[in-house]
Amino acid sequence: MSVSISEARGPLLDVRDLSVAFTRKGSPDVRAVDGVTFTVSPGETVGLVGESGSGKSVTSLAVMGLLPPRGVRVGGQVLFDSDDLLTLPRDRMRDIRGRDIAMVFQDPMSSLNPVVPIGVQVAEVLERHQDLKGEPARRGAEDLLARVGIPDPRRRLKEYPHQLSGGMRQRALIAMALACKPRLLIADEPTTALDVTIQAQIIELLKELVQDTGASLVMITHDLGIVAGLCDTVHVMYSGRVVESAGRRELFAEPHHPYTGGLLASVPRLDAPRGAPLHPIPGSPTDVLQWSDGCAFAPRCPNRIEPCTGGPPPLESIGGRSLRCLNPLTESEEVPA
Amino acid sequence: MSLSEIEAATESEQVEQAAGNLRREAWRRLRRDPVAIVGFCLIAFFVLVALLAPLLAPYAPDAQPGRGMITPTNIPGPSAQHWFGLDASGRDELSRVIHGARQSLLVGVVSMLLGMIGGLTLGVLAGAFGGTVDSVVMRIVDVMLSIPGLLMAIAIAALLGASLTSVMIAIAIVNVPVFARLLRGQMLAQRGSDYVLAARSLGVRRRSIVFGHILPNSISPVIVQATLTLATAIIEAAALSFLGLGSADPRVPEWGRMLADTQRYLASAPHLALFPGLAIVVAALGFTMLGERLREAIDPKYRR
Repeated sequence: MSVSISEARGPLLDVRDLSVAFTRKGSPDVRAVDGVTFTVSPGETVGLVGESGSGKSVTSLAVMGLLPPRGVRVGGQVLFDSDDLLTLPRDRMRDIRGRDIAMVFQDPMSSLNPVVPIGVQVAEVLERHQDLKGEPARRGAEDLLARVGIPDPRRRLKEYPHQLSGGMRQRALIAMALACKPRLLIADEPTTALDVTIQAQIIELLKELVQDTGASLVMITHDLGIVAGLCDTVHVMYSGRVVESAGRRELFAEPHHPYTGGLLASVPRLDAPRGAPLHPIPGSPTDVLQWSDGCAFAPRCPNRIEPCTGGPPPLESIGGRSLRCLNPLTESEEVPA
Repeated sequence: MSLSEIEAATESEQVEQAAGNLRREAWRRLRRDPVAIVGFCLIAFFVLVALLAPLLAPYAPDAQPGRGMITPTNIPGPSAQHWFGLDASGRDELSRVIHGARQSLLVGVVSMLLGMIGGLTLGVLAGAFGGTVDSVVMRIVDVMLSIPGLLMAIAIAALLGASLTSVMIAIAIVNVPVFARLLRGQMLAQRGSDYVLAARSLGVRRRSIVFGHILPNSISPVIVQATLTLATAIIEAAALSFLGLGSADPRVPEWGRMLADTQRYLASAPHLALFPGLAIVVAALGFTMLGERLREAIDPKYRR
């Protein structure tokens, strides 16, 4: 029901034809993100999936306006509240960051300032956006740490990052990101640097907090398990472009793009017999073609046909999902188990 | 005491112990380092002598208790009455070396502080703004660094006229580019770090990022450099006054000038060169020893 209301209001974040190219004098531009389009509705959790180098993180940095000002060319539109974040003045963008949109990064070990106590770092966000100072800011920071499940928050406030475990640090970073109850949270592989047992706790925490605050979540990950447990909609990226978008259920039940199929097949299954071989996707994204020459996934694709290398395949919409493939998987040849 | 109480007590103790930050950790390593301790003792000795000079020195620096004992062919060496002997004017050498420590400490500290303030200002400008500001500031710094330090100090001191103040200003200016380049490099390295990106992602203002995040992470090597600069400043001050660019007043005891004054009597009264020379070495050595070990304690790259 909430979905229908929010749809009537339009999406919270509307990324249209986003492209990011890294430029350098004397060498050709490197297109990290090309024509990426997706929307995030209020309260929705959207997954951006792909392996290293597929452009997931660059997409999120572009949305946040955190790409370096020089040597980068950004195109397209990023509409948030019908403001185009890409053309917003820098100080207005700074006001939005942390207050309306926040981000949780991959490595909690290096994302906290090593020489500043945790409490000061959490309070800084409150001081910046909510005009709290001194004792109220400190108390706010304490509440936030308690909220993300850090035991004995009063004492932790005075501690330095190196005195906290990785999981605790990621909790503190989540507390900082959610301090001002942003409407959109971007989580860039928030569990990649953590122990497996901690990963589940952090995902659970994010899920809970996002539900409580009604925030939308963009979850960037290469872990399909996280997607399965968390996301409403999934966009699979390869070499800077979205190759398949679908609802979580549809995507897992029936992947159309051979790359999605390969990703799903490569997840080890608990019910597979012991000693059964894993199913990696052959090759690696370093030997990708530029999209202009054809499908970038073609060299690794089991379903490759002649036209695949004849030009870039278009993104086509079929029944609520979109797909960039000339020879998609059919139901019968789906995931090899 | 119940078990949970004991647990709670030991836990809070551990936290208390762990509460030390990185600098306290460096301090702990430093305290176990014999070289650092020797360096610290030398510095402490030097500073104490300087501060307590009027109490420690048996005579005033410009008194001439041995006036009648001096002949052109005989300058008495160390004796029970005058431990370091007499100088060519019949003044007590020990008293002059002790009072000279004041001059050296004053010149060293003031010129180091002035140089550091100037250098840090330029370094913060370059490191915080980058781009054109950085280029302009760093080219100025490059030009200054391209002139040998002592040569530039001599030129500046000569330009300003022989006085203690001009010695301090000259040495300060020579040290400005050193601090500027050091801090700028540190800040540049920190600027691309994850925690700066994270702070930016939370909308933290640039001023807060520079002064609250980048600067505190860049300052440790500056402290090390400051210690080492004290050593070179003391040597440079001695060199400048040796060359006659220090205080014009012959009554002021300066180690460098004492060395210069003694040149004519080197054969007949070598003690006049020995003691001021030793004093310079001891003071500079103390700061160098501590500075080097401080660097090792603070900088993880040097950690063994």
